[in-house]
Amino acid sequence: MAGTMLLPSMLSGCMSGAASPLGYRLNDYLNHFGVTTRMIMDVIVEGLSRGGDYCDLYFQHSISNSIALEDNSVNRAFSNVSFGVGIRVLNGDQTGYSYTEDITPQAMKSAARTAANIANSSARVRVMSLAEKQLPNYYRINTPWEEVSINDKIPFLQYMNDKVFSLNPSIVKTNVSFSDQTSYILFANSEGIIACDYQPMSMINTSCVAEKNGMREQNGYGSSGRNDVSFFDQANLDRIAKEAVESTMILFDAVAPRAGEMPVVLGAGSSGILLHEAIGHGMEADFNRRNESIFSDKIGKKVAEPFVTIVDDGTTPNNRGAINMDDEGNDVKQTLMVENGILTSYLHDRISARHYGVEPTGNGRRESFRHMPLPRMRNTYMLNGPHKKEEIIESVQYGIYAESFTNGQVRIGPGDFTFYVKQGYLIENGRLTRPIKDVNIIGNGPRVLGDIVMVADDMEMSEGGWTCGKAGQGVPASMGQPTVKVSKITVGGVNA
Amino acid sequence: MDNKERMELAQWASDFAIKKGASQAAVAISRSRSVQVEVREQRLETIRESTENNLSLQIYRDNKYSGHSTNNLNKGQLEKFISEAVDATAYLSPDPDRELPDPSLYPADTSADLGLYDPAHAGVSPEFRVETAMQTEQLLRQSYPELLSATARFSDNAVESVRVHSNGFSGEQRGTFFSTSASLSVLDGTGRPSGSFFAGGRFLSKLPNSDEVARKALEETLKQLGAEKIASGRYTMILENSIASSLLWRMFQPMSARNIQQKNSFLDGMLNQAIGSEHLTIIDDPTLLGGMASRHFDGEGIAARRRVLIDKGVLKSYLIDNYYGRKLGMTPNGGSTSNILMAYGNRNAQQIMEGTRKGILVTSFNGGNANSTTGDFSFGISGQLVENGKIVKAVNEMNISGNFKNLWNQLIETGNDPYPYSSAQTPTLAFRDVDFSGL
Repeated sequence: MAGTMLLPSMLSGCMSGAASPLGYRLNDYLNHFGVTTRMIMDVIVEGLSRGGDYCDLYFQHSISNSIALEDNSVNRAFSNVSFGVGIRVLNGDQTGYSYTEDITPQAMKSAARTAANIANSSARVRVMSLAEKQLPNYYRINTPWEEVSINDKIPFLQYMNDKVFSLNPSIVKTNVSFSDQTSYILFANSEGIIACDYQPMSMINTSCVAEKNGMREQNGYGSSGRNDVSFFDQANLDRIAKEAVESTMILFDAVAPRAGEMPVVLGAGSSGILLHEAIGHGMEADFNRRNESIFSDKIGKKVAEPFVTIVDDGTTPNNRGAINMDDEGNDVKQTLMVENGILTSYLHDRISARHYGVEPTGNGRRESFRHMPLPRMRNTYMLNGPHKKEEIIESVQYGIYAESFTNGQVRIGPGDFTFYVKQGYLIENGRLTRPIKDVNIIGNGPRVLGDIVMVADDMEMSEGGWTCGKAGQGVPASMGQPTVKVSKITVGGVNA
Repeated sequence: MDNKERMELAQWASDFAIKKGASQAAVAISRSRSVQVEVREQRLETIRESTENNLSLQIYRDNKYSGHSTNNLNKGQLEKFISEAVDATAYLSPDPDRELPDPSLYPADTSADLGLYDPAHAGVSPEFRVETAMQTEQLLRQSYPELLSATARFSDNAVESVRVHSNGFSGEQRGTFFSTSASLSVLDGTGRPSGSFFAGGRFLSKLPNSDEVARKALEETLKQLGAEKIASGRYTMILENSIASSLLWRMFQPMSARNIQQKNSFLDGMLNQAIGSEHLTIIDDPTLLGGMASRHFDGEGIAARRRVLIDKGVLKSYLIDNYYGRKLGMTPNGGSTSNILMAYGNRNAQQIMEGTRKGILVTSFNGGNANSTTGDFSFGISGQLVENGKIVKAVNEMNISGNFKNLWNQLIETGNDPYPYSSAQTPTLAFRDVDFSGL
């Protein structure tokens, strides 16, 4: 085992002499985890010893570092190292799962025997010899985070702090956090696939508190992606600082909208949270396989106007939701969930694809080696439509324009979804007028899809550090959307 | 490795960090083992077994601070890990408030049995787990044959942990947790409402039986049939005891010393002032026998004591951790909550409802958020419309909105029915004139 890789990478300069992990080949990964293909195949055979029909091993070594600035100084740092292998055995739709943090033949076989218990028959499948699967590269980075020292990161935070304070004298507190994560993945399964992946991620968040006329407001802005250190140049830091300050100061002028149903215009970018909640989760095929989703009987049916096309895509370079293969060894692709208004495809993992007799869509994802894969979104967005942003806003007599969001949620069966608007504007007589803040929006997925009446031509991806939660697992995801008008949806507000 | 060996390893790790240049160190080592089974259509859907180890290390080096964790407990690897962690800390800015808690804050005695460990855990067999879930799922199927999907789960978990601080503290804790749950989906027009029931506790014998779990999951589902949004307006809000804790958690964030110090709290400056009605009393009690969140000390080693957070509407205490307590010049009392109790009233949910002319019984939250700086909140909800003391129909796809500074003053009653399956034993809560958004 490459012991040095278990260290926190904050100093990283200590790794002198090691070849860059960006150039690692399969043999380097096998050495890294201290295993051989023979050993892996033995574990797979053990996993299938009670009649399971499929087995996979997911080795992961992840290293995360973060530093934070508060009260003008970078005075805290954190690191985490996690190392282990998850072993899964399938028997039809049934799953046995176990993992070990001790990567030795004995411990792996013991975990495999536990997972094997999902089956109980004398049937045996043939274990295929392992052949390496070559992966595309959707993480276009030049410098691994292990080669960036804590000393190189501290200046980003100090610069951001100074910039935020320089932009507005009303700012009284600034917090900046910076984190990077690197995961080494080695995957092998009983169908003969073995593959390795090096997954980088970084995130910067800036929040500030401002005081004005005896009032206080807090807001912030962040950016995350599969980027390397070159992303954090002055232009990007300046842009993030400016967003953080402006999004805070505008809250002082905010008013509450009326309570009730009204037209809602969703600004381009992070309003893709609408798609994530209103349709994305309901299209995850495990819910449909179990007949639990409101979309369970809607494939092939018209659910939206013909100018609405919604995709889930794992291939957008450097995007937070990009993956070179999914977490069960499948190719990723652009999956059309809604094409020209027609519901086209669920998001599949291996189990659901087999259940429906279709090809996996590359949506089998997991939080870590400690978790079994589930159908999950990657980067969910809507393609451009025929309208213009200006004409969309002009078409609204009274409604809201929602610009930034903090979180969302959905109830899969009834289809009720919500998202929280941190900041936006009232639309009155076709014009953006007063700001609004802290408003929850609630609607019904299929109904709101049908109520999308205008789509602009200004699609933007969100750069926010979104983490999608499901069944106790969090995975990085992203989203995007052009400016969209929903004809009516319930807005949290005050009653006259 | 048992807790005695963990304690030795933690002591060694703390000593090693000091030897490498740390001024102070804190080390915690834990092991958590859990097994979960899930049954659908009278077949095992999943079995998941996991054993997770963790070592976490806090380094204080000349008033510079960093925290680290790893799941590799090999001593040779830990030597390198700790050396790097101590070296990296040198690059940070010093902060005079970065020190371990004063030893006077540590517990004098941790020997009392808080009733957190069920010896029955060792005897839980794979067959028992599967049979329990199978039985629950079977009962669900029998009770509503036209259901679309039914799932039953059983899980058990045992955690052992130790903590060592270089300035004179060591302690250990261990506990068990069991849970049984069920959920089902049914068809209702084009929608597929689903409901579930979850019960968890530290002792296996205190879990409800499969009959009760299946019955309550079915009730939770069927009461949603025909749900629709109704007119926006101000209604009395009756909050079911199982979800009332969701609103309480939102109050703990602005009560934290960090948010006070960072000017990020609408409760800044409100100590000993009224922030709610006389019905609002909140107690944090980590000493509760068998409590879900009982403990002798918290994650900083600070002695756990019962404390009144809000007394008849008056804010009596912030949640003060070691670092931000020092920054604020306040004595640390623990930055996190444990078991939450309230002052309970005289009527149960049914009786409160019967006395309500026009209200909405909120049974589920759906998303939403709150602003700890200003107190603004907005949450999605579903529940039941109550008119003249009776449930009239199911409602969903609605929001409640307002500001906590007002909402807690609108609290008109607490029930006598604390929810037993959570560390927050919240009763039914009733609020007057809450803004609901619907049609």
